[in-house]
Formats: sequence, C-alpha cells, structure tokens
Amino acid sequence: MPKETPKLPKLDLAALPGPETIRREELTNGVVVLIRENFSSPSVVLSGYLPVGALANTADTAGLAHITAIAMTRGTRTRSFQQIFESIESIGARLSLYGGTHTTAFQGKALTEDLGLLLELLADVLQNPSFPKAEFDRLRAQQLTALAIREQDTRARAQMAFDTLVYRDHPYRLSTDGYVETISELTCSDLRRFHSDYFSPSGLVITIVGGVKAERVLDLVTSTLGQWKTKQRQEMPDLPKLKPLKKSRRVVVRLEEKAQSDLVIGAAGPSRYDEGYLAAAMGNSILGRFGLMGRIGEAVRVSAGLAYYAYSSISGGPGPGPWQVVAGVNPKDEDRAVEIVQNEIKRFTSHSVSEEELFANKANFIGRLPMQLESNEGVAGAISHLERYGLGLDYYQRYQDLVAAITCDQVLAMGERYLDLERLAVAIAGPDGGGV
Amino acid sequence: MSDAPKPTLVTRLRNGLEVRLKEIHTAHLTTCWIWYRVGSRNEIPGTTGISHWVEHMQFKGTPTFPAGVLDRAISRTGGVWNAFTWLDWTAYLETLPADSIRLALDLEADRMENSLFDVNEVEAERAVIIAERQGHENEPTFRLAEEVQAASFRVHSYHHEVIGDMVDLQSMTRDDLYTHYRQYYIPSNAVLAIAGDFNTRRMLDQVREIFGPLPKVQAPQQMSREEPSQRGERVVNVSGPGETPYLKIAYHAPAANDEDFLPMNVLGSVLAGASSFNFFAGGISNKTSRLYRALVDGEVAASVQGGLAASIDPYLYNIHITVRPDRTPEQALAVLDQEMARTLEAPIDEDELSKAIKQARALFAYSSESITNQGFWLGFSEMFADSSWYESYLDRLTEVTPEMAWEIAKKYLVDSNRIVGFYRPNSS
Repeated sequence: MPKETPKLPKLDLAALPGPETIRREELTNGVVVLIRENFSSPSVVLSGYLPVGALANTADTAGLAHITAIAMTRGTRTRSFQQIFESIESIGARLSLYGGTHTTAFQGKALTEDLGLLLELLADVLQNPSFPKAEFDRLRAQQLTALAIREQDTRARAQMAFDTLVYRDHPYRLSTDGYVETISELTCSDLRRFHSDYFSPSGLVITIVGGVKAERVLDLVTSTLGQWKTKQRQEMPDLPKLKPLKKSRRVVVRLEEKAQSDLVIGAAGPSRYDEGYLAAAMGNSILGRFGLMGRIGEAVRVSAGLAYYAYSSISGGPGPGPWQVVAGVNPKDEDRAVEIVQNEIKRFTSHSVSEEELFANKANFIGRLPMQLESNEGVAGAISHLERYGLGLDYYQRYQDLVAAITCDQVLAMGERYLDLERLAVAIAGPDGGGV
Repeated sequence: MSDAPKPTLVTRLRNGLEVRLKEIHTAHLTTCWIWYRVGSRNEIPGTTGISHWVEHMQFKGTPTFPAGVLDRAISRTGGVWNAFTWLDWTAYLETLPADSIRLALDLEADRMENSLFDVNEVEAERAVIIAERQGHENEPTFRLAEEVQAASFRVHSYHHEVIGDMVDLQSMTRDDLYTHYRQYYIPSNAVLAIAGDFNTRRMLDQVREIFGPLPKVQAPQQMSREEPSQRGERVVNVSGPGETPYLKIAYHAPAANDEDFLPMNVLGSVLAGASSFNFFAGGISNKTSRLYRALVDGEVAASVQGGLAASIDPYLYNIHITVRPDRTPEQALAVLDQEMARTLEAPIDEDELSKAIKQARALFAYSSESITNQGFWLGFSEMFADSSWYESYLDRLTEVTPEMAWEIAKKYLVDSNRIVGFYRPNSS
C-alpha cells in the first residue's frame, strides 16, 4: 500500500435516484408503480415484471412460461397481432416480454408523447391475450427454429451441459426456452391455462423513467394497468434447496465442423438475498471482470494467449444462480485452458485478495455507478432491482458506504464457500479432436 | 445541471487533427472518441485483417503506459474503454467520470505515436485473433456472410471481412503491423470527438496542450478501386452443420454521401424494418415490414433482417433470412422475389413513408441520448461526410417522396444488382 492512504471516489448523491426523486405508489389492485423523471431525455422507458415464471413449469412443460410471455403479444380480445405491432412500430416504439425462471419481465420504449399508447398496449397484452391458434403455430415454428440453432451453438451447449451438472435435481437445470420435445407438445390451451392460473396484477412492478411528469405517468398507469381486476391465482412453487455436488464433474459435448470450443467452469453461487452478495460480486470482479477481465482474462487471454474471450460472472438472482468462468478457445487448448482457470480459482479461494486489488475494485464499483444510471434503461432497471430484492429506495444513497465496508476476508469467505475446487463443474462444447 | 445546448466546436490543430467538442451537462461524465480513417477498406491481399489487429495492439502498451497499466487505471475510475474496427474506420472510446477525462486524452495522444508492438505481444495476439475468427467460424451466418461479401466485390477492397482471412492472420509479421500503424495513426488522419461535462474553452486548451505537440505528417492517400457495375445476378452456395437453412441477399447500395442514400434507407425501412446507423443503440422490431409479413407470417422463415450501412464507397443493402428447417431457401427466395416485384411495380404508400420517417426520428432520438452516443455521432459522420450529414439527417429524410423511393428501387433492387447466398445444412 502507498504511504498515503488513497481515497475512494465520492458520488454526487443528489444526482443519484433516492427516496426524494423516486415516486413509489401501490395501486388498489396491487400494482406497484415506480417513477423517476428525466427531462433531459426525449424518450421514456418502462420496465417491470410479474411474479410468474418457469418455476411453475415441469420438465415436461419446459419453455411454457417463456412462449406464453411472447405469445401474449400475438393477439388480444380486441387487437390482432398485426394491429398490436402496427401500433408499436408506427410510432417507433418497442415492447417485449420475456419469461424467466422466477418472473415474466417486460420492457418498452417510446418517444415521450407516446407513453399513453405504449401503456395501453402493455395493459391489453397482459390482461387480455387471446392466444390465436394460427399465431401460436407460427410462433412455435419460430421457437423450434431457434432451438435448432441453439443445438449448434457451442456456447449455449456448454452452458446447458453445465446447468445439467450443477442443478441436476433442481429447476435451474431446465432451459427457460424449453426443448424441441416440450415446445412441440404445447398447445394454445396450455398457454391459456397458464395465463389464467398465474397472471394477476398483484405483485406486478412497473418502473417508468423519462421525460414525462410523474403525476401524468401515474394517471396513465392508473387508467391502464390500474383497471386490471385482482383475482385469485395459483401460487408459484417454492424454490427447492439445491444439493451441492459431492465431487468435481466434467462433461464434454462434441459438435461437428466447429472451429472453436467453449468452456464453462464453476458452481452454484449466492443469491442476491445473501448478505455476503456484494462481497461475492466484488470477488467476481477481481476474479474475472476488472480491467481486461480480471485475473482470468490476464491468465487465459493475455499471458497464455488462448482465448478471445475469458471472464467470470455471478448471476445475483433470487436463487443459487451460477458463479462461473467462461472462455472460447482453440479446441487443442481445451485442457490447458481448464487447468489455468482451475489454478486461478484455487488461488482465489485459498489466498486473500490484496488490499490494492480490493481498493481498485471498490473504486470501480463506485465510479461506474453514474454511467450505469445515465440512461433511462439503466435507471429503470436499477429501480426495479431495488424493489425486487427489497433493497430500499435509499440503496444508491448508501451504496458507496456499503462498497467501502467490504473486506478482503469477506471476499475470501464467499470464494471459499461457493467455489470449492473439489466440487466444480466443467462443461465443454466443441469439435471432435478437442482436448487432445 | 441542465442548461441551454452549446454549439459544437469544430476546429483543426496545426498538425491536422480535426477536433469536435460538445458540452453536455446532463451527467458528470465525459466521453472521448478518436476516429482514424483506416479500416478493412485500406487493406490488400496478404494483410487482410491488419487494421483490426493493429487495433488490438493499441491495448498492448507504450513506454509511458505499459500493457495492463491502462486498463486498470481506467477501471479504477469506473470508466469504460473499447475500440472498434470497421470497413472505413477504426475508433477508440473512453467514457469516464468528467474529472478523469485527462487520462483518456493522455492515453490517446500517447498511443497515436508510441505503441510498442513488442514481438512477443504480437505473437500472443495472433493466437487471440485467430481464436476470435474461429469463434466467428462456429456460426453458419458468418460463413455465409463472408462468402456473399467476397462475391459482391471483385475489385473493391470491401471484398473481405474486417477480421481478415485466416491465411493472412497466420502469416502477417510484426513489421507489417507496425508499418500500417505508422502510416495511418497520425493526427492528419484522425478526428477527436469529445462530448460531456466540460467547459469548451478549457477543454480545447487541454486538447492543444496534449495533442498539439504531435508531429504534422501528410495524411495517407486513401486508395479506392471502384467496383464495376455488376452485369448479372451472382449466386453462392455454402453448406455446413446444423439443420437450419439461411438465405442472404445483398444488393449493391449507394454510399452514405450519395443523394440516393436516404431514399434507399426509407425503402429498407419499409421492406425489412428500421435500423439505426449507430452500432451501439438498440433498434425496434420489424413485424409490420413487408418482408416479415410475407416471409415470417407467410410461414417460410423464422426471422428476417435488413441493413443498410453508411459507408464511404458504395456498399451493400443486406437482407438476412433464417429459413424454417421445414422449408427451403428456394421457397424463401420465391417469396422475397414476389415482394421485390411489388416494390418495383408501384411506389410505397404515403402511410409507409410516414411510418419510416417516424421510426427514423425515434431511433435517432434513442441513439443520441447518452453522452457516449453523442460522442459517437460527432466522429462517425465525419468518416464518410461531415457533421452536417448528422445534423441535417432528419430534415433531409422528410424530403423523401414515394416517387423518389420508387426510382431508387428500380435503380438498385433489381436481380442483376444482387448477390444471392444459400446456406444449406448438411443434414438436409
């Protein structure tokens, strides 16, 4: 450490979202509305979620939540698919829905003058989807094409193989996009039933950020999503406890005529609710993000010259999502790359990170926040995140203190706890001849 | 923090460096972009991919900033940096907290002249770039696009992909790279665009102090071998793994500065949906475009995308179709041909024109929102025209009429002006 203690950056708290600048309202039907004005922008962004996802599906219906989310925009009781998208595209707007494991998420963007129309369309597709058969058949064929492409994608195949190893008896092993066998068997009735059983305004969270006054936004949301009647719906199943791997395991997928192999190495990581999550995220930054992708990037790409991309990621969701290292390498270098990554994980989990590394990464976490919160999309996503994980509207006001308080010991403890070298999963997808 | 927009300062230093400064005070951030007029367009067989490789080497250090020092210095501020190589240009960007922007200026001035190109670093990066190309080669869409691009340009250097041909990546030397660097990385071949939270006068003083001492060297001659008119449809066939067929159709298209370019952009929007010229801004869906309705609603394709690029020389309007595995690319081509015949038979509707213009207005607004994107536009438009191209873009777009677009369709969207590429999976 230098003799003079360096200082972490100081954030301009007045410029960050906080209780004074985020308006939060709960409508009578349970919809939570979060609004932040930004009059320097000619656009407005909406972003949010409903607590409905693939957890409600089984291995036989994998993909149902996701295809239902997309199909909701394919026709309502009063609008056809073409009418919906004519309305959206003719104003240069966008609106999309995605079915994840725990939630169904939606996102939209428009010029400020068109927010009312965008909300009207969102409310209609959420409340009144009609799942017309002809549109469903087309959509299913498109999804099956996407799945056929995924079969040939080394990166996707390595990730799926990894998920199967780590989450073998757990819902996280299932792809939210589903599989050819499951999507082929779904019918319009399955989608209608899924929507009717699980979708309700209760628990819906919507965040709106842009150049529209908060009062006006609230009026528009109340007159659209606020009119959705609450009803009894089925509860999403609880997330079962994950049984950790008893020993390290490795799986290899071989695909013909590929030029590169993709690797995924890691284990189940902490949830966002884990009190050590921020320390783990900091550790992940040191391991495989900071600078040119942290220690992993330095070892695999810079020193060994083995890969174009090599980094680590931590999911930070509501459950034990993966904490993993990924890399794309020449097939002949598969074994060497795995060994280098394992060595880096070993170093990370057996020796404390240095004070200098920790300080630099803390400075990065604090310094990058204004950039992450510069766009309407960034602010909307961040505010939804606060609501989803109960972090409090003052989280970004407290953020620099939370980051500053992280210690080397906390980072080491999270690494030791989650990235046990004796219980790692290694998944590789690449051409024949790899690993020789 | 907001105040009235300040005019963009446009100037040129004595050494030839063009400077564009735009004050924006919506966030405590500043972005620095430096654009060099060099890309795959400036390459010849034997050294294809050299511009992209030089870009990689610009991250490998100078005597003042050794490799690994800078990325950590930038990360410590919370800032981001990156670089991009394309047909006509190579661009480097840093977006940082406003009070750290000096780091970016020092870095860019230093690596314009002092990059090391250490022979060991060159060899390590050779492996990285070959891995990057192998990653592309894993994708059937890259294999097809590369063949279609090569078939599109027999003479012009737009012939090859930016990543370069594998044989050249295996054989290029450190001296090839260094010579290319010294030839093109000079002030008179660059545009420095800075946008964000600063005072223009003080920023200009800083730019003069840091970039002013760089030597004045005459800008390199920009080579261009004009592509002769195509005299008949060209067809390429590619086969490979998988079960998904693809169809790619490329029409020779006007250059960005050509008066035909904006009507062509409107046509592209009507045919396959609007797309932004800003590579770093999101687009919108295209489900009401003519080709989506014919091909996807018509149950032949899973998706269709179209794209027109703003380039110095005439490039391509590309249409990419992911064919459903239970259909053939020939079926997709037949449907596309019907839509093209319709486009040649009559002008687009006024409604279609209005929609295309509103979409362009929205995409333009979205792609200009962040400080980083403001910096992008300041420099990008200088690569093929000047900043008035960007500033007048929406006004000029509203001057397009259905008849103008029709004339352009008859000029460019004809079979003899196109290249058709089929990707057929081995399994079929």
